[in-house]
Amino acid sequence: MDVYISDILLNAPFEIVVLTALIVLVLESTRGTRPNISSWTSIGGLSLAAVAALTNLGASVETFGGMLQSGGFANYYGALFCISAVMTILFSRNYFERQNYHRGEAYILLLFATLGMMVIAASNDLIMIFLGIELMSICLYVLAGLFRHRDRSNEASLKYFLLGAFATGFLLYGIALIYGSTGTTNIASIRTAFPHVSHDLLFLTGSGLLLAGFAFKIAAVPFHMWAPDVYEGSPTPISGFMSTGAKAAAFAALIAVFSRVFGPSENAVHQIIALIAAASMIAGNVVALAQSNLKRLLAYSSIAHAGYMLVGLAAGTADGQIGVMYYLAVYALMNLGAFGIIGALETENDQNLQMDDYAGLSEREPVLAACMAVFLFGLAGFPPLAGFFGKYYVFLAAVKARLLWLAVIGVLASLMSAYYYLRIIVFMYFEKTKAESVPISVPMSVRWTVIFCAVLVLLFGLFPSVIVQTVLRVLF
Amino acid sequence: MISELSIALVLLPLLGFLFLGLFGARLKNEKIIGFLGSAAVGISFILALFIFAQMAAAGPEQRKYTVNLFTWFSAFTGSPGGLSISAAYQIDQLSILLTLIVTGVGFLIHIYSIGYMHGDPGFWRFFAYMNLFIFTMLNLVLADNFVLMFLGWEGVGLCSYLLIGFWYEKKPAGDAAKKAFIVNRIGDIGFLLGMFLIFAAFGSLNFDTVFAGASSVSRNNSTMLWICLLLFLGATGKSAQIPLFVWLPDAMAGPTPVSALIHAATMVTAGVYMIARCSILYAAAPAALTVVAVVGAATAIFAATIGLVQNDIKKILAYSTISQLGYMFLALGVAAFSAGIFHLMTHAFFKALLFLGSGAVIHAMHEEQDIQKMGGLKKYLPVTYRTFLIGAIAISGIPPLAGFFSKDEILWKTATGDQGSWLLWFVGLLGAILTAFYMFRLVTLTFEGEPRFDEHRLHPHEAPKTMTVPLIILAGLSIAGGWIGIPHANALEHWLDPVFAPAQMKLLASESGSTGLEIILMIVSVSAAAAGIYAARRLYLQYPGKERAAAKRFPVLYRILSQKYYIDEIYDAVVVKPIASISEKILWKGIDKGAIDGSVNGAASFISSCAQLLRKVQNGVAQFYAVMFVGGILFILTWLLFR
Repeated sequence: MDVYISDILLNAPFEIVVLTALIVLVLESTRGTRPNISSWTSIGGLSLAAVAALTNLGASVETFGGMLQSGGFANYYGALFCISAVMTILFSRNYFERQNYHRGEAYILLLFATLGMMVIAASNDLIMIFLGIELMSICLYVLAGLFRHRDRSNEASLKYFLLGAFATGFLLYGIALIYGSTGTTNIASIRTAFPHVSHDLLFLTGSGLLLAGFAFKIAAVPFHMWAPDVYEGSPTPISGFMSTGAKAAAFAALIAVFSRVFGPSENAVHQIIALIAAASMIAGNVVALAQSNLKRLLAYSSIAHAGYMLVGLAAGTADGQIGVMYYLAVYALMNLGAFGIIGALETENDQNLQMDDYAGLSEREPVLAACMAVFLFGLAGFPPLAGFFGKYYVFLAAVKARLLWLAVIGVLASLMSAYYYLRIIVFMYFEKTKAESVPISVPMSVRWTVIFCAVLVLLFGLFPSVIVQTVLRVLF
Repeated sequence: MISELSIALVLLPLLGFLFLGLFGARLKNEKIIGFLGSAAVGISFILALFIFAQMAAAGPEQRKYTVNLFTWFSAFTGSPGGLSISAAYQIDQLSILLTLIVTGVGFLIHIYSIGYMHGDPGFWRFFAYMNLFIFTMLNLVLADNFVLMFLGWEGVGLCSYLLIGFWYEKKPAGDAAKKAFIVNRIGDIGFLLGMFLIFAAFGSLNFDTVFAGASSVSRNNSTMLWICLLLFLGATGKSAQIPLFVWLPDAMAGPTPVSALIHAATMVTAGVYMIARCSILYAAAPAALTVVAVVGAATAIFAATIGLVQNDIKKILAYSTISQLGYMFLALGVAAFSAGIFHLMTHAFFKALLFLGSGAVIHAMHEEQDIQKMGGLKKYLPVTYRTFLIGAIAISGIPPLAGFFSKDEILWKTATGDQGSWLLWFVGLLGAILTAFYMFRLVTLTFEGEPRFDEHRLHPHEAPKTMTVPLIILAGLSIAGGWIGIPHANALEHWLDPVFAPAQMKLLASESGSTGLEIILMIVSVSAAAAGIYAARRLYLQYPGKERAAAKRFPVLYRILSQKYYIDEIYDAVVVKPIASISEKILWKGIDKGAIDGSVNGAASFISSCAQLLRKVQNGVAQFYAVMFVGGILFILTWLLFR
């Protein structure tokens, strides 16, 4: 296999992240843990990678012998992952410090997890997707169990690992079956072979297993069972990262495989995606109604949001893909911001996470409460916030693709979701502060990160075309 | 040059509003607030005069300018059914005339308000609202399309609402403001629907395009009839005509300068202006013109009869306004468009004068408004008395004051025009007698005879200069304002002719009466007015007890008139109460609380019991999670392979 200099240049974001990860790794292992230096180095490297990614949003080019597909599509996701990781680190610094567990190793793992996500989004080969997923997942397993002296964190890590390994088995088996029926793992080649194998038993079974594997990563019903336990037990900023970055990565793989291979034609795979979407929207929102722990509530909400995004994929059309990619970006902002606030207010031993702990927040922390309200209204899909247009685009795509029933379920489900999102706002704004609540000091870096997210949620809602135009450019 | 001037002319009152609205509360000094508020309108007036002079100097063909500010909104432009609305002003003979009236009379009333509102805690708010009113009213008259006109139309409605309820801590003021707003909404629906129909018929809402299209449609076209009737419904709301006049008498709860500016001189004439502006549309639907004429004449006499027996000085003037507006619609309805606008102008002068005069009286009497408790005020308020008397003579139609010329022209056109009839003329003449009678009843009871209040306790004093000077200027205008419309030397009609010529052409209007007949009718109407004045003076000066005796003699008639034909009660019983009870019993208790709330709450409790059930599935056992996973895979494979 020949490696060209252009391959290296086109994949600059990867190389920057790899280099940063290696530098931090060497720093940490040679001179003891220095979390401040490590975190700022990571932020610098990731920001640089994000800029590098954003400077190249052109057409996709095959690199490294057709294993990777560099260009706009990969870099859109790459930038999304890097920015998510930067925000996660900004939230983590303060969080780990207050939990008395500030170690540089978290940042190494975050960097490698980000790299795995970037590989997934850039893959042009099922094997590369698998590699990326494993790189990401293994780092996340460890990150989930970062508080190794805490039972909940251990439980989260172990459950995630066991079920993740289980899912990986099916994923790999699916890849093997597809290879068996088409004789290739290259996605472009599979696409060429698709008309001949579309009714092949091996190929369909393989696709089904692949779908199950991806559905596990995005936490869609019925492969979602791990998510609430893991999100609740993991360190809060890491939960935010898992629910946005990892989900977006798996969606990139879903789009790469299912939208590219199966195309817009109506077929059984799209039907099954529609059913999973409906089940996720209903189950996620219904169970979220009964939650009082905010991390758990957001875990179920993230299951429901996976459902909304799957609606765009079920449509199978270009509109649907645009909707999903827009949704992923704004969902990342809203959810990271929400988890960031929750993490900033959390006290030791998983305290201050109940809904009634947020009573009267608007008086104690008016800025954070206002930002939280923006995120929650956005998640509920109120116009003119960005979350509204995310839902609008995917539901519109579904209606155009004659999936009216799915759009109706989606609208009803998001109606339901308004109840639990608004309940938090009611607590923040209309309830009196509890007498025993402890005052918390939130550092400026966290405040500004949260405000930045909230402003973006507003701006992307007012000017959705900024993202949509970018997505249009990178998709076609 | 003209475009810059006209933009400045419109924007100045807006700037005044913004400045006073934002910083007025901090400006403690009434003088500065009053000066800024008045100056914004005064400079506008000077600019309007300048534009007018330029137009007068130009030839009749060059007297129309369109000033395009920006494209307000557009949709599907370039394709059929496309819509593009500009924020654009049209300055022509009609709109500049209205602009002069609005800014000129408005300026005088602003000056007057400095004295009248002195000491009011909401002084800055008052001037801010008044400036906003001038701005929206200028948008209404200068708009070059229906949408911008509607914006102004709604804007003046809003200002009217804000100013009627200016003393919002008093319940009657708040109620009156709401009533005005709601009644106007009914008219606005008519205006809106009319606009929709216009767009459907002509594919545009721009005046020039629509009117050009209308000049070529066939007469007696049913779409045109509906457009005109719907627009007229809008006009009856804004201009207080039957059936939507009920809000105007209540609107007197606002400060008196507001009554003078908004509810007499300018805003209430917006309906007249709108129909005059759309004269070509009405020319295409002569049946609608007849409706306008009949409603106008009916309102004129209906409101005048109510005015006969009222005792509140402002209520009498309010009914008089409704009645005079009826005359204007009568003029429009008989296709005497320039006569209608002429009466609009003279009425603005003398009715503003009368309202401001009544304000001076109320001021002097310490907020007393009942004329039965006044009398003999002429020795205390000499300036107010003289100017008020001039206003009363002018409105009664005695030559050579302003009201005579405009009213006489209306009556003459009603009698002899193609669209007119002798019956309508007779109704108008009857109205003229009644007008003269109730106005001199008002003058006599207020200013003459013996005082009916305690002169030792109450010492009425003449108003300050800021109030009397506007009175004197308006009195001068009420005398001389009619001279631009002297029959056979009618400068105003000549000036407005280019605006109304297309409509007249379409109606094939011709004058049938002779000069001899014109002089005879003039003598008839002047003697009618004189008879009304004489009767009122004789009755109230020489036999002060007669009114009560007459009331005893015809108790039913008197009660009906003094209770305003029970119109408010009828509306309440026929419209308000049924709607309220349907809303409460069916819509609220039945549908909202019963059906909607019931199903929502039911669905909510169903879903939360589902949630309790489903969360049990999440039992925390990893093996079970794996089982679910396998179940999911089995389902997917079954669907994919065996579907």
